[in-house]
Amino acid sequence: MAQYLLIESRDPFDSNDVQNFYGLASGLAKEGNEVTLFLVQNGVLAARQNARFAALGAVASAGVEILADDFSLDERGIVTGGLASGVKAAPLDIVIDQLAQGRKAIWH
Amino acid sequence: MADKKTLTFALMDAPYENARSTTALRLINIAAKRGYDINVFAYEGAVFLPFAGQQAHPNPVHGHDAEQEDHPLPREWVEAVIKEAAKNGGKVDWVNCGLCVDERGAGDAVEGVRRGTPGDFWNMAESSDNTLVIPTK
Amino acid sequence: MKALNIIETAYRGTLEEQDDTIVWLTHALKGAGADLDVLLRANAVNYAVKAQKVAPLSFGDRQQKHGPDIANDIAGLIAKGVGVYIVKDDLAERGISDDELIDGLSPVSRDGLAKLLDGYDHVWHW
Repeated sequence: MAQYLLIESRDPFDSNDVQNFYGLASGLAKEGNEVTLFLVQNGVLAARQNARFAALGAVASAGVEILADDFSLDERGIVTGGLASGVKAAPLDIVIDQLAQGRKAIWH
Repeated sequence: MADKKTLTFALMDAPYENARSTTALRLINIAAKRGYDINVFAYEGAVFLPFAGQQAHPNPVHGHDAEQEDHPLPREWVEAVIKEAAKNGGKVDWVNCGLCVDERGAGDAVEGVRRGTPGDFWNMAESSDNTLVIPTK
Repeated sequence: MKALNIIETAYRGTLEEQDDTIVWLTHALKGAGADLDVLLRANAVNYAVKAQKVAPLSFGDRQQKHGPDIANDIAGLIAKGVGVYIVKDDLAERGISDDELIDGLSPVSRDGLAKLLDGYDHVWHW
């Protein structure tokens, strides 16, 4: 089992390819890997509780830890109490923590 | 430092074009505060991040003169993270891709930036605990 | 150390650079002794189409010689021993058939990517 850090900087409203990246995160988790999906920049726009986009729930159900950069959330006025189920706010330090752990890191 | 790490970052975006540049420097800043050794391979437009010719400007729309505006200059952020790493016992080895510099005329970089090749990137990655590529789009 | 270079973005600056900068980088890294493979995905799957042809450009009296030849650059990687994977689903979505492609590619399904990534120490998505 490997550990992966997938960083999603894009949002599904602008880029269809985001769903493929979510799919990769889910696929890696289903293969038994430990996977964190870290949303940053416009990537956090998918994390609002009321967003008409439910794909993150499926990613979380696949066993992926989903974190959203607190700075990017604040910048876009997304309050942490209003995040979709399965998404937690986190500082960017987590990315450095996981890089230092040696996780395979993929930016999209 | 027992838990000192070495991280390599490959960057591609030119300044003022995408949030990725800022996020990259935020990440490098966190690593610098921890005293990590940090390698940066600036490829394509990213060679302009430490370009010494960047100048702050006033902003008439904001009603600010240059001093009030405190316009962000990525070259200053690069200089600051180099200093921050050194202050905490680490270092930043910032390599600008030489051919990318030449085709853009971006040779005038801040102190602490050197010219290099893709081979430097591979050597950096091989000697690091981890490597993150932050691409452009 | 073995790395996988994933190339997604296509035709970004290729007319000015005379190549794709990540395909070029992969050639340079291989030349420096790197052990790495390439995965073409999303629009970059079009880089494997044989029929790509760049018409000569001119701007006023300035004739621009030597346009990019990306299919040949990809074939060159394969000739150097770089494994070049290509996502079948991305080809199908774009209506690209197998007979349009250069030889020597390794097709992989989107569902198979998780397993493919297992074989690499680093996965660099450019």
